[in-house]
Amino acid sequence: MQTLHFSYRAASRLPGKRAQALVGVVASNDLEVLLQRTPKATDCVVTVSTAVHGYDAVWKAVLADFVERRAPGGLRISINDGGARPDVVALRLAQGVRLMGDDA
Amino acid sequence: MRRLSWFELSARNRIAALLDARSFEEFIGPEEVVTSPHLLQFDLPVAFDDGIVVGRGRLDGKLVLVAAQEGRFMGGSIGEVHGAKLVGILRAARALAAAGRTQACLLLLDTGGVRLQEANAGETAAAEAVRAVLDARTAGASVVALLGGRAGCFGGGSLIAACCSHIVMSEHARLGVSGPEVIETYKGAEEFDSQDRALAWRTLGGMTRRLLGSADALVDDTAAAFRQAAIAQLQRPRPLEMARLQAEHARLRERIRRFGDCRDGAEIVRRVLEPAAVYGLDNWSAQDTERLIAKLPESAHDAR
Repeated sequence: MQTLHFSYRAASRLPGKRAQALVGVVASNDLEVLLQRTPKATDCVVTVSTAVHGYDAVWKAVLADFVERRAPGGLRISINDGGARPDVVALRLAQGVRLMGDDA
Repeated sequence: MRRLSWFELSARNRIAALLDARSFEEFIGPEEVVTSPHLLQFDLPVAFDDGIVVGRGRLDGKLVLVAAQEGRFMGGSIGEVHGAKLVGILRAARALAAAGRTQACLLLLDTGGVRLQEANAGETAAAEAVRAVLDARTAGASVVALLGGRAGCFGGGSLIAACCSHIVMSEHARLGVSGPEVIETYKGAEEFDSQDRALAWRTLGGMTRRLLGSADALVDDTAAAFRQAAIAQLQRPRPLEMARLQAEHARLRERIRRFGDCRDGAEIVRRVLEPAAVYGLDNWSAQDTERLIAKLPESAHDAR
């Protein structure tokens, strides 16, 4: 297993009241993403755990694009990867921040 | 309500769609990160909830305990943590039933059985879950199995289901101790061709199980249908008593006598209904199912 850590400074805090959300399942070409609020308004830290080694640069690119598009400030994001392709990763991240933006 | 396919939904979303809106409260949720202590040794990824969601919520206003297996994570397999969460919710069901607080526990099983990578812990957990189901039932709880997931319900999971007071299946559901691949591996393709999906479903599928009385209800593959069926099943409790067990044994003896030489569900249907009936065709209607069930005494006096 390979564990990757990334930290970003987002443009703003992600709005919404939900304290946490979980999307996706650890299955073939899928991943689970756990999003949790942190006190720091604009920091976004991401931990990726994956059995598919050597794709550090791809993760970095996908995550950087995500942070730029969605401004997920104040989040800790933990990922268990089941061998997801980059497009699936991007969609799950988008789904996660959208859930966090819900009021409930 | 949107038409949500039970088969397609994740464990978490099945619970959300099954229970009263926003009533679910999870125990040992993903944020607690109680994950498998074994999988990392095999260089395999873990899941934050070890593939099972447990907690309490409300069904039609009444308190229920729920466990839902995620069939997409390692085939819904029962590992150490997964099994402990399942056993824990069943023991809570026993305690709440004994205290008179609720008689309802729902198991959304979706599993190939014990997880091979943690087999000893998994086998122990499956055995403990069987005992916990029986203990909960003895205390007065109804334990309702809801089957319709991707992984089917096999191995240790099938034993747990068989001990439940009620079983609800969709046509997509499969229930059996050994799955098609396992049978083929040990007995050969002549015994069971696992690639023959029609054979798999007419042997293990929800319709056949309903006709033979192994399942109490056959429902559409929607969350709304499972919800309705769960509410209906909980309204007819089946205490675990000696007379009930003896009736069940008598029923199974009679079933073997009548149908023991049938190769699959289709032969049973032909024998019971009419020789010309073709099983599983598109023109098969819900009325045909009801007509068939009416002719099959097995499905009427299930004593489980």
